[in-house]
Amino acid sequence: MTKLTAAIVGSGNIGTDLMYKLMRSDVIEPRYMVGVDPRSDGLERARKAGLEASADGVDWLLAQSELPDFVFEATSAYVHVANAPRYAELGIRAIDLTPAALGPFVVPSANIDTHLDAMNLNMVTCAGQATIPIVHAVAAVTEVDYAEIVATVASVSAGPGTRANIDEFTRTTSRAISAVGRAGRGKAIIVLNPADPPLIMRDTIFCQLPRDADEILITKAVEDAVANVAQYVPGYRLKSAPQFGESRDGTPRVAVLVEVEGVGDYFPPYAGNLDIMTAAAASTGDRIAKHMAASSTLSNGAN
Amino acid sequence: MPYSSSLDVRMTDTCLRDGSHAKNHQFTEQQVRDIVASLDAAGMPVIEVTHGDGLGGSSFNYGFSLTDERLLMKAAVETATNAKIAALMVRGIGTLDDIRFIHDIGLSIVRVATHCTEADVSIQHFGLARSLGLETVGFLMMAHGQPPELIAKQARIMADAGCQCVYVVDSAGAMILEDVQHRVEAVVSELGGDSQTGFHGHDNLGIAVANSVIAVRAGAVQIDGSVRGFGAGAGNTRNEVFAAVADRLGISTGIEVLALMDSAEEVVRPVMDSECIIDRLALVMGYAGVYSSFLKHAFRAAEQYGVSGADVLMRCGEQKLVGGQEDQIIFIAADLAAELAAADA
Repeated sequence: MTKLTAAIVGSGNIGTDLMYKLMRSDVIEPRYMVGVDPRSDGLERARKAGLEASADGVDWLLAQSELPDFVFEATSAYVHVANAPRYAELGIRAIDLTPAALGPFVVPSANIDTHLDAMNLNMVTCAGQATIPIVHAVAAVTEVDYAEIVATVASVSAGPGTRANIDEFTRTTSRAISAVGRAGRGKAIIVLNPADPPLIMRDTIFCQLPRDADEILITKAVEDAVANVAQYVPGYRLKSAPQFGESRDGTPRVAVLVEVEGVGDYFPPYAGNLDIMTAAAASTGDRIAKHMAASSTLSNGAN
Repeated sequence: MPYSSSLDVRMTDTCLRDGSHAKNHQFTEQQVRDIVASLDAAGMPVIEVTHGDGLGGSSFNYGFSLTDERLLMKAAVETATNAKIAALMVRGIGTLDDIRFIHDIGLSIVRVATHCTEADVSIQHFGLARSLGLETVGFLMMAHGQPPELIAKQARIMADAGCQCVYVVDSAGAMILEDVQHRVEAVVSELGGDSQTGFHGHDNLGIAVANSVIAVRAGAVQIDGSVRGFGAGAGNTRNEVFAAVADRLGISTGIEVLALMDSAEEVVRPVMDSECIIDRLALVMGYAGVYSSFLKHAFRAAEQYGVSGADVLMRCGEQKLVGGQEDQIIFIAADLAAELAAADA
């Protein structure tokens, strides 16, 4: 099939890392990258990689004679809120890596099939991408009234945007744990660890369980979920067998520890938190591109 | 420069927050009322009341509270006549909404804690707290692990964000005398008149009171402790002991020392499940530089997995875990158990 085209809006760390992932796609061709800083390393790299790059922002992009099929927004929530209506008006699908959350939350291994026709999709947060697949898997085999996640990331991998908005991060992740993960309630905790050398991203997922929960079934569901995510995030792995036990007040729970090592496209491998975000966005783009191609074949056939 | 025209040092009692760890977060409203009333009567100027891990701390990771901390804080505000009630918020756990809430129910002070290298994640929170008229304190946790110059730079970030007193926090009870002196001096010299400096100690190495005296001599004007040492690890700086020592040294705290001793013996001790002492695990924490709140979690995980609690804590130190990473204790204990099983096989 002919590849669909994409623009990356935002030439910072996330946008640049995403470019390398999209360049490996069979179905999407990254064609444009736009930023606002002419000296940006990302724009320079994009040009070298053969993309059309501009520091004149979205205005430049939307003035091109050939508009992209997709926009990947790697700016900020504020900027995406301003840009989103313009993409929508022009029929461009937006995959939003900011916390704006205008469109539905998407975690590829959990719910991409429900949102294949959405024109704006939100990628939650890095901790959401790393933990919700596990919550979703456990909730698919047993009742999960409450799920809680603890994300530990290397200090150096938390950029100024994350640092200024830790609340947004915890709030969005908590909401998505219940909305996508299907736990009754969700809670998210983030810890920044300055250890040097930097530690690889780690996430613990606690799911409250009914007293008679089937541990073998849950362990199997967790292992399958990890394998699913590892298909698009190669460094995603179970760090330890799921641990069953109870809190001090006697609430049964399973604790699952995953580690996310990045592939090292633009970020060092410890920054699995950033890698899983761009990998999830690229995977979402691929799934939608395939769906669009299939739908257009179908409609052509009907003619 | 003293704390004020009448006090050299302002003390804060944290037995209803740090003590929450030792109590496994099982305080009742009545216990809070009794302790607040007695501390207030002894002249304690500030009393901190929150889940041990701060606002929003009730969780699988840190332990669920028996009583919603919001009810405990309300009870404290209703009971206190002179003392100001403070709440702790650890960044990454508590949120801006929690600050709005404590303001609405009448608390006076919010104390915002970050790991000692991550002060910039607290900027929004100091801003909001000040705009609401709350008094602000900043906590640079695990300060033993970083050099004085770095602690001073982080203190500057908090002060510029609106923090009125930056604490050097010895979360692991690992600082020894000059460690405290050099860090407090560096912060005092960096902040000048822009913000006060405080010290929060733990007694894991048995020198929390001495460390606190050194902090005062180095320029700290706010000192934390807990009556009867009721707190995480081997407990906090014992406030009734510090008050007595300060009195003998001519450092004015405004505390009625004998009344605080009575409170420790007759009101606080009966609420404690056991005395906070320097047992083997508590000493290991000071020795290995491990976050004091890990104590009960390590003890429980060691029991559950049949491994040594000291080994669990040593490994927490080796892995350079910071406050908040209690989740890792489960997996460290599981790993140790697996290693033991493999060695036996």
